[in-house]
Amino acid sequence: MAPTMSLEEFAQFWEKSEYASPYNRELELQPHSVRPDWCVLKVEYARNLVGDPNTRVLHGGVITALLDAAFGFSIFVKMPQMPQIRPMATLDLRIDYLKPATPDKAVLGGAVCYKMTADLAFVRGCAYHELADDPIATAVGIFMFTDGPTLIGNEELAR
Amino acid sequence: MKFADISSSCRASNDWGPLVQSVPYARFLNLRIDIKGEEFTCILPFDQKLIGNPVLPALHGGATGGFMECAGMFYLLWQMDTQTLPKTIDFNIDYLRTGLARDTYANVVMVKQGRRVANLRIEAWQSSPDKPIALGHCNFMLGA
Repeated sequence: MAPTMSLEEFAQFWEKSEYASPYNRELELQPHSVRPDWCVLKVEYARNLVGDPNTRVLHGGVITALLDAAFGFSIFVKMPQMPQIRPMATLDLRIDYLKPATPDKAVLGGAVCYKMTADLAFVRGCAYHELADDPIATAVGIFMFTDGPTLIGNEELAR
Repeated sequence: MKFADISSSCRASNDWGPLVQSVPYARFLNLRIDIKGEEFTCILPFDQKLIGNPVLPALHGGATGGFMECAGMFYLLWQMDTQTLPKTIDFNIDYLRTGLARDTYANVVMVKQGRRVANLRIEAWQSSPDKPIALGHCNFMLGA
């Protein structure tokens, strides 16, 4: 059973890692709620993140980043010695866009890590405004832990 | 805003800056489009704000993904006259190598252009096109 974490502890932890992750800070991703089985981050509507000026809908890339970050945090809260920052990289990510985000509304990104092995973490989640069962986008992903120096600067590493 | 008008004036001048400028998120990423003959390249200039992991350092997976999605959209606007922006239906990304703190390039292949849906393969690379850092595969719903 993974230990639980209060929203305050999570927010503190996020502040630290947000400081460490410029792109999350740039999009102003904020913790919204945290449970081992559902970690939620929030991105506020911002005009400079619009994908289509005619509809004023946020670009899909913002949803991608929101879910990618939420996936990362759903993995951290499942770590046996939580909170523990284990370096990892996104291995693959699939997003289905079900409906456009509503302009002027914040978007929530919720995620759960449903399987973890020594090397990999399997995650799923969705982006939504109020209800997770009325999603803007659904997503699944796989992350790989990158402990040790082998994957740093893996430009030449055959895959 | 009529994207077909912007695209056709960009096509005439071969300066795609105005198209990028018309999409706020693409402007936020500071994207560039370079077209030489039939070769389309979208460029994501490196910026400190794109970093996801400062220890390596590595680009944020969401930044690489968003860039590739933009590249696909601009490729379609270059390829066809459409009044509305193509809409992403789904997007699959395989991250193959660490995105380093340097410029990233994307090339796009139209796998299939249907009447309503276009299927694209998007390859993002840094040092050389034969060493992609990420491969994207996506379906776009084509606009009117």
